[in-house]
Amino acid sequence: MATDTGEGSGLVFHPMDQFIVKPLFGDGPVHWYTITNVTLWMAIGVLGIAAMLILGTSRRAIVPSRTQSIGELAYGFVHKMVEDVAGKDALKYFPYIMTLFMFIVFANFLGLIPMAYTTTSQIAVTAILALGVFLGVTILGFVKNGSKFLGLFWVTEAPLAIRPVLAVIELISYFVRPVSHSIRLAGNMTAGHAVLKVFAGFGQVTAIAPLSILAVTAIYGLEVLVAFIQAYVFTILTCVYLKDALHPSH
Amino acid sequence: MEGDIANLGQFIGAGLAGMGAGVAALGVGNVAGNYLAGALRNPSAAASQTATLFIGIAFAEALGIFSFLVALLLMFAV
Repeated sequence: MATDTGEGSGLVFHPMDQFIVKPLFGDGPVHWYTITNVTLWMAIGVLGIAAMLILGTSRRAIVPSRTQSIGELAYGFVHKMVEDVAGKDALKYFPYIMTLFMFIVFANFLGLIPMAYTTTSQIAVTAILALGVFLGVTILGFVKNGSKFLGLFWVTEAPLAIRPVLAVIELISYFVRPVSHSIRLAGNMTAGHAVLKVFAGFGQVTAIAPLSILAVTAIYGLEVLVAFIQAYVFTILTCVYLKDALHPSH
Repeated sequence: MEGDIANLGQFIGAGLAGMGAGVAALGVGNVAGNYLAGALRNPSAAASQTATLFIGIAFAEALGIFSFLVALLLMFAV
């Protein structure tokens, strides 16, 4: 992103400019149905996933092509994670978790292309994902366990006197889950990309420009790591919440 | 110098909130360091605990991200 030169005299840009939601055609106000740059990059992400998983594996070669082996690796990775963290009976919900993982990982990596839009840096996108997980898991817990699901908040191992206090704490921590779940992803993405732009902005001072380019390269490498780790963390926390819903006893 | 006393408070507050990110870094380092210490004592058990490591890092990091968010809100939203 160091090559992101502005027009006219020098590089004048704001580090948060990259997160502005703009309509793709014309510049009217943004309604819920307006096609914006966020919509465009989400669509590219979904098409990329479809191309990789459907076209890549359609030949079902015994000796897989590169695309097919990446698809198989991703499938096996998420499958093992669900099985290890949430247990064998959670494999029924594997398609949902695989969908979440692929969408987030594609959104994060597409955002790393210079001039691309990082859709997961929008709190609206991650909040919908996290709310879906939260509501789904809560409803699933009540459907599967009935009122026993409330045992999640009533810690029977603790002495009776402090159980009400623990119940309040557990209740608060349960309802903070969707907040931290969504802000973790959006915050990490926003912070990383803003730091990239800040260091790119130092490039306009000739004396420290080489240092700035080195720093941008190093942080970009870190961001590649963060893009994967945040998708992984989002998915593994979904598995942890799913395990709580299926087996609510402590 | 320009601006008023409200902007001054806003920027000082954003800087103070930014300190939270540094403290969260201590927490993440603590998690990773303890994992490494345990992994070196018993390397055969290390691979099975990487998921726990990442969950621990995620929880420690979330609070730093919250403080970053507060800083961002102070700078651009308030």
